[in-house]
Amino acid sequence: MDHFDTDILILGAGGAGLRAAIAAAEAAPDQRVALVSKVYPMRSHTVAAEGGSAGVVQAHDTLDDHFNDTVSGGDWLCEQDVVEYFVSHCTREMIQLEHWGCPWSRKPDGHVNVRAFGGMKIERTWFAADRSGFHILHTLFQTSTKYKSIERFDEYFCVDLLVENGRAQGAVLLCLATGEFCAITARAVVLATGGAGRVFRQNTNGGIVTGDGMALAFRHGVPLRDMEFVQYHPTCMPGSGVLFTEGCRGEGAFLLNKDGYRYLQDYGLGPAEPQPRNKYMELGPRDRLSQAFWQEERKGRTVTTPQGEAAVLLDLRHLGRKRIEERLPLICELARHFMGIDPVDTPIPVRPAVHYTMGGILVGIDTASPLPGLYAAGECSSIGIHGANRLGSNSLAELSVFGRVAGEQAAAFAKGAAAAEIPALLDRARAAEARALGLLNGKGGGERHSVLRKEMADSLEKGCGIYRLGDEMQQACDRLADLRHRYDGITIDDKSRAWNTDWISALELGYQLDVAQAMAHSAIARKESRGAHQRLDGYTQRDDANYLRHSLAHYRKGASPEISYSPVTITRSPPGQRAYGALGEQLEHARKEATHG
Amino acid sequence: MADRDRLTIELWILRYRPAQDEEPHFVSYTVTYTEEMSVLEALQSIKDEQDGSLSFRWSCRMAICGSCGMMIDGTPKLACSTFLRDLAPGPVKIAPLENFPIERDLVVTVADFVKKIESIYPFIMPKETKPVEAGEYLQTPAQMAAYEPFSDCINCMLCYAACPQFGANPDFIGPGAMALLQRYNGDSRDAGSRERLDLIHGEDGVWSCTAVGLCSEACPKLVDPANAVNQNKTNSAFDFFLRGLRKENHS
Ligand SMILES: Cc1cc2nc3c(=O)[nH]c(=O)nc-3n(C[C@H](O)[C@H](O)[C@H](O)COP(=O)(O)OP(=O)(O)OC[C@H]3O[C@@H](n4cnc5c(N)ncnc54)[C@H](O)[C@@H]3O)c2cc1C
Ligand code: SF4
Ligand code: FES
Repeated sequence: MDHFDTDILILGAGGAGLRAAIAAAEAAPDQRVALVSKVYPMRSHTVAAEGGSAGVVQAHDTLDDHFNDTVSGGDWLCEQDVVEYFVSHCTREMIQLEHWGCPWSRKPDGHVNVRAFGGMKIERTWFAADRSGFHILHTLFQTSTKYKSIERFDEYFCVDLLVENGRAQGAVLLCLATGEFCAITARAVVLATGGAGRVFRQNTNGGIVTGDGMALAFRHGVPLRDMEFVQYHPTCMPGSGVLFTEGCRGEGAFLLNKDGYRYLQDYGLGPAEPQPRNKYMELGPRDRLSQAFWQEERKGRTVTTPQGEAAVLLDLRHLGRKRIEERLPLICELARHFMGIDPVDTPIPVRPAVHYTMGGILVGIDTASPLPGLYAAGECSSIGIHGANRLGSNSLAELSVFGRVAGEQAAAFAKGAAAAEIPALLDRARAAEARALGLLNGKGGGERHSVLRKEMADSLEKGCGIYRLGDEMQQACDRLADLRHRYDGITIDDKSRAWNTDWISALELGYQLDVAQAMAHSAIARKESRGAHQRLDGYTQRDDANYLRHSLAHYRKGASPEISYSPVTITRSPPGQRAYGALGEQLEHARKEATHG
Repeated sequence: MADRDRLTIELWILRYRPAQDEEPHFVSYTVTYTEEMSVLEALQSIKDEQDGSLSFRWSCRMAICGSCGMMIDGTPKLACSTFLRDLAPGPVKIAPLENFPIERDLVVTVADFVKKIESIYPFIMPKETKPVEAGEYLQTPAQMAAYEPFSDCINCMLCYAACPQFGANPDFIGPGAMALLQRYNGDSRDAGSRERLDLIHGEDGVWSCTAVGLCSEACPKLVDPANAVNQNKTNSAFDFFLRGLRKENHS
């Protein structure tokens, strides 16, 4: 097996991994950085983010407002000290991206422009048309090529972390092109492997978003926090789940039911004004909008697409061709090309699909996990800013803010750490290789992993969807346990080594099943409704007395995960009622009076 | 509906597995298809239900990650945004991107292309450096328009598969990398044009292009790389002229 030694190993080269690599290279130019990704960096799923990234810039906006929107948006399950740090570093990071060339959309005077986003009281979403993630990712990738200390391992797939003496010290990689393994030993390791949305059926995620890093950390004893909170995005393409950005609504789009009625006014988000105010109607948060869709469908007020999916209508027509084509070119392309609909004169049928994993690898404000030497940033991590529901445009900002922190912290740790314990690590690497080859060469019982993958996605969608019921969650848990068992008996068609994507998908499915179990078990254990976790079986209210706590899923080999709880850090925003529309404004007013009066 | 659901289409897919095949060869598969099914979805259904050994790259499914370029009925296309309804009744011929070495099945070598991108200094070399605390550089919408289309390149390499010059000379820097070069040279914040132009005076640079324009036709993102190449010919000529008789080694 090939062996490379490095100082800082970064697994994942999406927005978070690239930002971490650049930060490490800048903080410690004398240290070597190995940057690993299972796809070329610019293919990472950050590329698909459309709407934009948050950062307070307008004179009438404040960090306090961004803080309050984020904490109430997360239904008070946020780490408030972390949110505080976050909001005060977003803008700096957005400017840094600008200096590196990110083509943010501008105002006529040359300053950066911002747009409205759901759940944000004041416009603070920096955008590059509707290709914000694409431009951030390409800017970071291209900028990263400047740093000589970064060595990339493109199209290398991580099969295991190397942990020795209670410290993360490297990883075992499979080179996709050759099918050969190599070990990378390191003084510090950063996980930046992205989310896990592909465990659900209809989702906005790319094929690579399979929760690998979450499962890797989990298997090595790091808890996964708040995994029951999975975000449904309300406006996606029926069938494929491809996203129509919230930026559409930020620009003023309406959501209509089959009668052409702006139904959100029936769900506490009104009044319905021609120009939706921030945090009203279409600019409410994602969990509320997805829940309203569910209710409309039950009431029979949705349309049915030719493929038989229920949908509501995203209406952009009143914005006019010029604005639509200028601000939302990708949306035009997707609607016209993929659906044969021109949004300039026809509303687009949309429905909710799984979009984002709020939970992830437990880390502190310094991005350090409980396992010494292991850091995590980006969607794979749970640093505590999203709580029970993420606000759109907070995660691109998170990648930048905490990607940087992770790179700097890992560099500092690596500097003080003892050299990697190479012989022992290589023994472990060979054992990991043998396990992965066992899966490839095992005879199995003839079952295809694609069958298991579909069943996994179906069971999560049924049991852990927009609304949840105890017995349905139990069924999901049971089915996942059965799938875990059947996974040991799968047979892989392809026994060759070079570019064996059959084998890679099977390895990914192993990760997905671990993550799916963490989600389902965390969900059934939370006997309340909060943010994206809404129950209909008697636990319909938020229950701060018992559940103003983070869930922690702990891995148990060969068994279902164990769930425990940990406290939430509350610094200055005591849990209040989470409301939008007119009621939201009243409550906010009252809160302000109370604190200033 | 029921009738439509029963429609099938035949796909001829070029297969090549280095360990067992001497030569790439076409294999026929038949899939049921619906109106909205993309070529990528057809390939996925083959992989899931018929033959797990078929390899191809994909991720985003929305024509933005640039992974799924391939030859579809002889034209370079993104599989995720090419629909079977436009190819019916078939059979449809699917092959790896032209002009690139095949690693396996529909997977070609990307590394050389990425090296070209890295070689053109793909980052801002600032005209005036200033700390982040000093705020953003101003750039008017008109200044942005000068380079923005070139920044939309998704690195899908379709233009390379369409380019006869690249086919004849794999060292030719090619349309995609040239578009990226122009993206930075055209950026009002950047002062690196000189260095970048130095790279493309030579025979593998801009003058290799014989202005066929097939690259822009192939581009799924309206980047118009041919325009980038042309602008650079002008710039390269102008730059060359300005340098007068200064002896330069362009190789
Ligand atoms: C369609 C869509 C639109 C969005 N729009 C917005 C928006 O407008 N605003 C916003 O704030 N957020 C948005 N988000 C969310 C945001 O884009 C993501 O949360 C974020 O980009 C994730 O970045 P990341 O760096 O953590 O992971 P990714 O970009 O997914 O990168 C993960 C990296 O890890 C690598 N990797 C994973 N597993 C392995 C392995 N086993 N071995 C080796 N490498 C591995 C991958 O190759 C990749 O390089 C959107 C998300 C989606 C899906
Ligand atoms: S210029 Fe167009 S065709 Fe060429 S790589 Fe870029 S996006 Fe693809
Ligand atoms: S799958 Fe991303 S471009 Fe086709």
